[in-house]
Amino acid sequence: MKFSVTVTLKKDVLDPQGKVVQNTLINMGMSDLKSIRQGKHFEIDVSENDQTIAEKKIDEMCRKLLVNLIIEDYKINKI
Amino acid sequence: MKSSVIVFPGSNCDRDIAVALEKMQFKNQMVWHKETKLPKSDLIVVPGGFSYGDYLRSGAIAGKSLIIDEVIKAAKSGCLILGICNGFQILTETGLLKGTLLRNKNLKFINKDVCIKVINNETRFSKKYKKDQILKINIAHNEGNFFTDHNHLNELKDKNLIAFKYSDEKGNVSENSNPNGSLENIAGIYNANKNILGMMPHPERMVDEIISNKDGINLFSSLLN
Repeated sequence: MKFSVTVTLKKDVLDPQGKVVQNTLINMGMSDLKSIRQGKHFEIDVSENDQTIAEKKIDEMCRKLLVNLIIEDYKINKI
Repeated sequence: MKSSVIVFPGSNCDRDIAVALEKMQFKNQMVWHKETKLPKSDLIVVPGGFSYGDYLRSGAIAGKSLIIDEVIKAAKSGCLILGICNGFQILTETGLLKGTLLRNKNLKFINKDVCIKVINNETRFSKKYKKDQILKINIAHNEGNFFTDHNHLNELKDKNLIAFKYSDEKGNVSENSNPNGSLENIAGIYNANKNILGMMPHPERMVDEIISNKDGINLFSSLLN
């Protein structure tokens, strides 16, 4: 069963990389741009077939290693 | 006094700290991260570098290595732990120190000698320094921007757990003397029991006047007695 995990910086945490990307896009003429936050994306394949149990396992992976909960939020989606 | 320096793939300040410790008469041993036992140690140093190429987050992978379980056990039983630069990042990833180190505010790797001010000079690591003493110490990092939540920041202040702050040569702590965007100019912190110190500046680079200065020496001599 495959899942994606998206990790983003929490709202209050400064994202200097996102800011630079944003400024560059604006300088390139994409003036409609309101804001950009940069994050990380994981694609995870697990052998568990029960979706609830699998999601629990992915959640554990997130909390124990993939995400720094002080500064980051995460979303798990089935793919 | 016995010390152990933990070595990870990508550590690159491990030999510098070993030289500094031996110069100060520590009996030092290097410990590879795959070991599952620590030699008897009064001090454990987690050195600087780029463990695991900073993959995932700085210090994240090293923070889950085999030897770290032993470091955590030793820390809980009161052993002195010093994390420098990447070592500080690793200690935050293990949970031994709270908070985290974000990318430098200016997005640049900064390698220069900066001034730091001794905020707490009453610990095992700092008692040979004077309060508010200004030290010139090298920093060399890309992720040194200290960040933590409101509760922890209050705890750091209330319990006097801030070790060093970035300042100018006169000791003024301001935005102008903050090289990396750290919260309240924090350059180093203690845990609640003050047996663990994490700091971004490199005291081990400042133990010899021929190549730098001796501002780092008193950190090691404080530990000796």
